[in-house]
Amino acid sequence: MNTIGKVNGIIANLVIVETEGTAAQNEICFIEHDNTRLMAEVIKIMGNKAYAQVFESTRGLKVGAKVEFMGHMLEVDLGPGLLSKNLDGLQNDLDKMEGVFLKRGEYTHALDDHKTYGFVPLAKPGEKVTAGSWLGEVKENWMPHKIMVPFKMEGEYTVKSVAKEGEYHIHDTMAVVTDKEGQEIKITMTQRWPVKVPIRAYKEKPRPFKIMETGIRVMDTLNPIAEGGTGFIPGPFGSGKTVLQHNLSKNAEADLVVIAACGERANEVVEIFTEFPELDDPRTGRKLMERTTIIANTSNMPVAAREASVYTAMTIAEYYRAMGLKVLLLADSTSRWAQALREMSNRMEELPGPDGFPMDLPAIISNFYSRAGFVYLNNGETGSITFIGTVSPAGGNLKEPVTESTKKAARCFYALSQARADSKRYPAIDPIDSYSKYLEYPEIAEYLNDKIASHWTENVFNAKTILLRGREAHEQINILGDDGVPLDYHLRYWKSELIDFVILQQDAFDKIDASTPLKRQHYMLEKVLEICDMEFKFENFEKVNPYFKRVINQLKQMNYSEYESEQFKKNEKELETIIQERKTA
Amino acid sequence: MEKDTKAFQRVYTKLFQLTKATVSLNASGIGNDELAIVDGRLAQVVKIMGDVVTLQVFAGTEGIPTNAEVVFTGKAPTLKVSDDLAGRFFNAYGEPLDGSEIIGEEREIGGPSVNPVRRKQPSELIATGIAGIDLNNTLVTGQKIPFFADPDQPYNQVMAMVALRAQADKIILGGVGLTNDDYLYFKQVFDNAGALDRIVGFINTTEDPPVERLLVPDMALTAAEYFAVDKKEKVLVLLTDLTLYADALSIVSNRMDQIPSKDSMPGSLYSDLARLYEKAVQFPDGGSITIVAVTTLSGGDITHAIPDNTGYITEGQLFLRKDSDVGKVIVDPFRSLSRLKQLVIGKKTREDHPQVMNSAVRLFADAANAKTKLENGFDLTDYDERTLEFAKGYSEKLLAIDVNIDVDTMLETAYALFEKHFTPAEVGIRQEFVDKYWKKN
Ligand SMILES: Nc1ncnc2c1ncn2[C@@H]1O[C@H](COP(=O)(O)OP(=O)(O)O)[C@@H](O)[C@H]1O
Ligand SMILES: [Mg+2]
Repeated sequence: MNTIGKVNGIIANLVIVETEGTAAQNEICFIEHDNTRLMAEVIKIMGNKAYAQVFESTRGLKVGAKVEFMGHMLEVDLGPGLLSKNLDGLQNDLDKMEGVFLKRGEYTHALDDHKTYGFVPLAKPGEKVTAGSWLGEVKENWMPHKIMVPFKMEGEYTVKSVAKEGEYHIHDTMAVVTDKEGQEIKITMTQRWPVKVPIRAYKEKPRPFKIMETGIRVMDTLNPIAEGGTGFIPGPFGSGKTVLQHNLSKNAEADLVVIAACGERANEVVEIFTEFPELDDPRTGRKLMERTTIIANTSNMPVAAREASVYTAMTIAEYYRAMGLKVLLLADSTSRWAQALREMSNRMEELPGPDGFPMDLPAIISNFYSRAGFVYLNNGETGSITFIGTVSPAGGNLKEPVTESTKKAARCFYALSQARADSKRYPAIDPIDSYSKYLEYPEIAEYLNDKIASHWTENVFNAKTILLRGREAHEQINILGDDGVPLDYHLRYWKSELIDFVILQQDAFDKIDASTPLKRQHYMLEKVLEICDMEFKFENFEKVNPYFKRVINQLKQMNYSEYESEQFKKNEKELETIIQERKTA
Repeated sequence: MEKDTKAFQRVYTKLFQLTKATVSLNASGIGNDELAIVDGRLAQVVKIMGDVVTLQVFAGTEGIPTNAEVVFTGKAPTLKVSDDLAGRFFNAYGEPLDGSEIIGEEREIGGPSVNPVRRKQPSELIATGIAGIDLNNTLVTGQKIPFFADPDQPYNQVMAMVALRAQADKIILGGVGLTNDDYLYFKQVFDNAGALDRIVGFINTTEDPPVERLLVPDMALTAAEYFAVDKKEKVLVLLTDLTLYADALSIVSNRMDQIPSKDSMPGSLYSDLARLYEKAVQFPDGGSITIVAVTTLSGGDITHAIPDNTGYITEGQLFLRKDSDVGKVIVDPFRSLSRLKQLVIGKKTREDHPQVMNSAVRLFADAANAKTKLENGFDLTDYDERTLEFAKGYSEKLLAIDVNIDVDTMLETAYALFEKHFTPAEVGIRQEFVDKYWKKN
């Protein structure tokens, strides 16, 4: 028998329930209202009073409304059929909902009960299995989707039988296993899992040692993110967080991408599900939408479900990681999730931490980031979740609780600069403030030098130094005036501009420039560094600016052309001519 | 205010707590968000604890006695919608200002959100003739965008101009703390343009109680949804000034003893504003809601919580500023942004539009640097001099708000300025466009 209760207080979406029996922290309950049932989550218990955040509008709700406690935390369905879906933060399938407007109390299934999947068995009778072991495989879109021993099953089991190759529904029995006592357990294609609990069906989580190619030069070349790594993108509004994340979701070298649109604009989600079904995945030639799942809790959707949305997304990512896939998880914006926590904490009159955020915000954020990672599964295969979140600092000031907490949790920092965005230097990632801790990992350096070129990391640090010296020179020029500094300062500055314009800046909306494969990044960096190494003769400083603009122009035209095409080579030749005009050594 | 009292409505007469904006009493069977009339003034349930109900009184609680009559209406605030709305002006409660009646279906305001999968990606350009908008910050049907402006700037004038040129089926004006002069100005401009029958106004002026303002945007947007969803019309909503809306929110939350976050604003400011702005939508069947709003700044500070949260919600922002070099108000190309422009520029407009736009802004930035040099007493290079000349022309012929030309002419004008002052390499646009559009002389 489920515990029942009655509503006794209502403040916006916080409801206080008098319970008749036991209730648990984070337990899900349903509130009866107007022939619908409103879903809510217990977030505090005081005596016989349970404080619940309602995932819906509470308009019209009255004291005395009946409440039923469900005996479990917020759970999602895991199984084939999650890919290409548009889900809300509670995993309802938005496409299955009727009408133009979201109706409260309407919950729809993420998985398709009537669809069949072609199953191929992987395990054999007699095999010993544990949670996460692969029993068979179906094709989801084109992706191999493993049917696993449910993560909730503790201990070791023995496979008794596995279904034969064929077409099955998701609720059909795909395998029967027996536990130590010989009890039989039927396993289907689906299982449920509580989103706030990490899925730990793997053997080991080593330090990441490979990089994830994103096609974005300022990331891959300057501050690469590891496969299974974590990163975050703080930036004031309009600095390019969302465009950067969309670009990552299009071009990053991942098997699949889970996007949590958390408390941001609905039109940005519309953009994804309008464009992705048309766009090709450059690696597989399939449509991008086939490898993408969207979890949308936009800013006008219920605030409490915002927090749920990032956990739902993470859980889906963990599910696919357990199949040995390379998952990219993106959340835009984690600040909205933190704000949702703040709203509830304020309503419960908890003692506030800095800026009114809950005291345990840093712990919540670091626990979440720690769910990403590269893992060795129990069968020796590998899987990964690379997680990149955006942060929207109030007033663009990075000294605020969400940014500071995230900085402690994430290993890559891609700081978007207002000044760069204002001058349309996109992506506006500040090349000097940003960092990737992974560059300091010897195993990553080794990987890069092995994969790209033996002196690659040396080149990268070289480029960073040129950028830094360029900035210093520019500051001096601004203080002392163009003719108040030696000519060499102008050269230094313009060499850094060369790197800025050709390597850092990248047009996200240009067919060709939007994504640059590592090989091409290597070629262009070599080319630019070669020029930076040269000595040039100039009669006076006035000649430096127009000359470098011509150099930059040729290199930019190369960025806009197909790699190694006629046009590309033509510009390269012209570049050579321009260089010969003034090169002395 | 007269309200009909129906038989089933429960009447209470014992208030035990009063603050400047709220009253509390013992009552049962009351719904959250429900409307009530307290001593003849409209109020809304904001908190229920057991049998204690707290109401927010929109017009303030001045003079309300503890034995005031409280009548619960059993419903959230509503607006009567029908074609009858067109051409009329209403107060914050949705009652015609001229005291007449309105016939229509009663709908709750602040209703549910559109399912994102029922939206269509916006793709229809709104031509305003103002190059600072059409060339650099192109607006699109279904967009939501505010003017960020200091109180002395002509934002209401520019907004009225945009509204009239936008070719909307309906223009809905939500006046939030509008001065009476500005209210009359809007009426007159629309009247002169023969557009009054396309206008619906919900007006709270500076003379009305501030908390009443909280109803205006929801009223305007409920009317907008009626025309966009039921009638499949192109609706343009003007909301001016949402800074005053946020101020009213902070008054209420403050009096309810909520913990304020930055700049004394409620912690829920982001969600509160997003709930309004996200009503902007393009539907597949042609209906749409576009929101152009005003957020006034104090001392140009955009890091204040109101513009800051707004910027994180809206699809860009338009900055007005006086350019002293040409003596005109311009749309500032640096801080202004239309996030939806890339859906139309180079697609619905000429292919080179994005590159021309970016190059011109970059050159304008170079001019700003040159100006700084000049101010610091440094010599200018030849390039600096040319950027300054360019900037003057650019400001005067393209950025000024009195410009009224089509997009092709804007592009031609930009090329004419480029050709006059720069080489193609300095402008840095793609070679194929230089070959095609740069006049060789
Ligand atoms: N890489 C880019 N290339 C070109 N334009 C960009 C790029 N990044 C951002 N922009 C411009 O900046 C605008 C705002 O970017 P967006 O990612 O939405 O900002 P944020 O999410 O930080 O608020 C975009 O609409 C676009 O016009
Ligand atoms: Mg964004």
